Amino acid sequence: MINVKKPGLQTTVQDRGRIGYYEIGMPPSGAMDKYAFTVANLLVGNDPNAAVLEITYLGPVLEFGKAMKISLTGGEIPPRINGQPVPMWTTLEVREGDQLSFDFVKGGARVYLAIEGGIAVPLIMGSRSTYTLIGIGGFEGRAVAEGDVIYTADMRKKEIPVGTRIDPDLIPAYSKTHEIRVVVGLCSYRLTEESKQTFLDTEWTVTPEANRTGYRHRGEKLHFVEREQPFGAGSNPSNVTDLGYPIGSIQVPDGVEPIVLLHDAVTGGGYATIATVISSDLDRMAQVKTNEKVRFVSVSLEEALEARRTVKQKLGVIAQFIEIGM
Amino acid sequence: MAEKTAIVSPLPGIFYRRPSPDSPEFVQAGEAIKVGDVIGLIEVMKNYYEIKAEEDGVVDQFVVGDEELVDAGQELVTLTK
Repeated sequence: MINVKKPGLQTTVQDRGRIGYYEIGMPPSGAMDKYAFTVANLLVGNDPNAAVLEITYLGPVLEFGKAMKISLTGGEIPPRINGQPVPMWTTLEVREGDQLSFDFVKGGARVYLAIEGGIAVPLIMGSRSTYTLIGIGGFEGRAVAEGDVIYTADMRKKEIPVGTRIDPDLIPAYSKTHEIRVVVGLCSYRLTEESKQTFLDTEWTVTPEANRTGYRHRGEKLHFVEREQPFGAGSNPSNVTDLGYPIGSIQVPDGVEPIVLLHDAVTGGGYATIATVISSDLDRMAQVKTNEKVRFVSVSLEEALEARRTVKQKLGVIAQFIEIGM
Repeated sequence: MAEKTAIVSPLPGIFYRRPSPDSPEFVQAGEAIKVGDVIGLIEVMKNYYEIKAEEDGVVDQFVVGDEELVDAGQELVTLTK
C-alpha cells in the first residue's frame, strides 16, 4: 500500500481509458501521454493496461507501505526518494517507509508513476481511469487527497531487474515551444481561406485553461465564411449542425481561442472542428504547459498514420529491450 | 544587511493576491509572515493552489502583480529575514 502524504495539484489513477462508450457521450479518459504511460508499465513488468498515477505540474509526496518496484516516466518533474534524486525512465526499488517526493517541474507537464502490479481500484465500464468531471473511476472518482491509502493490484506479468533503463534516444525531449501536427478538417470549410492560413501561421499561447478536458490557446481571431446557418446549427458563425468531436479536434467558439479537445472532453456538439491533432501528438500535447507556445502543422492522413507507426515501433523496441533484459 | 529570499511559484498559471475579488489582499509589503501563511493563489486547470510561506520573514516586495501570468519556477515575492 501507498500513503498519500500530499496529493500534488491533480494526481489521478489512469489506464488506457474507458474505450467503447464514445457514442453514448462517455469520453475515454485514460493517460494523457500514452507513450510515457506504456513505458512506465513496461519498466515494472505490468500488464500494458495496468493503472498508474498521472501527476500534473506539481508532484505528490507518497510513502510506501512495503517494498516494491516502481518507475517514473514522462515530463521532467525531478523525483526524489528520501530526499535523494533518482532517475526517471528506470526500474527503481523502494523499501517500506520510503518517501517519494518531487522537485518543481522543469520540462513537460505530466509524470507517470507505475507500481509493480498496478493500482487496485474497481473497474468501471471496463476501465480504472478517473473521470473527475462526473466522479467515476479511479480512486473514488476523484484526484487523490491527503490521507488516502492506495493499494496495489496483481497485474504484474514479468519480473524486471532493478536498474533497467530506457535508451536515452527513446526518451522524448520536452521544450517550451511545440509543433503539434494536425489533419485539417472536419469543418475547416467554415473558415475563410485567410483564417485557415492564420490558424497554421500563428504561434499560439496556451492559457491557464489547459487540462485533461482540453487546451485553450490565445492568439489571433479567426473568421468564418458568411452564410445563412442551416437547420439545427446555432446562430454563431462558429456553429454547425451537431457532430461527433474526434479526440484531439480543435474548435474555435466565436473565432477566438482555439480549444484542443482531449481525453475527458465532451464527445460531440455544434462547434465547427477545424483540425484534429494526430494521435501520436496527443502524447506531446499532454506535456505542454500553460504559457508555452504551440504551432499547429498541417499533415496528411498518410503522414499521421506513418507517425503512429513510428511510435508503435519505438514502443516495440523498448518492450523487446526490456524483455531480453539488456 | 538583512538576508533576502524569495517565494517561487511551483506552477504556471494566474497569480492572485486576494482570496476572492471582494476580499483584502492576503499580505502587504512590509508585513511579517510566518511559515504556512498563504501569500497568494495560482489558478491553473480550474484549480486554485495556495502559495504558502516556507519560512518566516518580512515581505519585501511583490515581483508579480495581481492577476498576472506566471511560469513554474518564477519568483512571486521577495522576503527579508
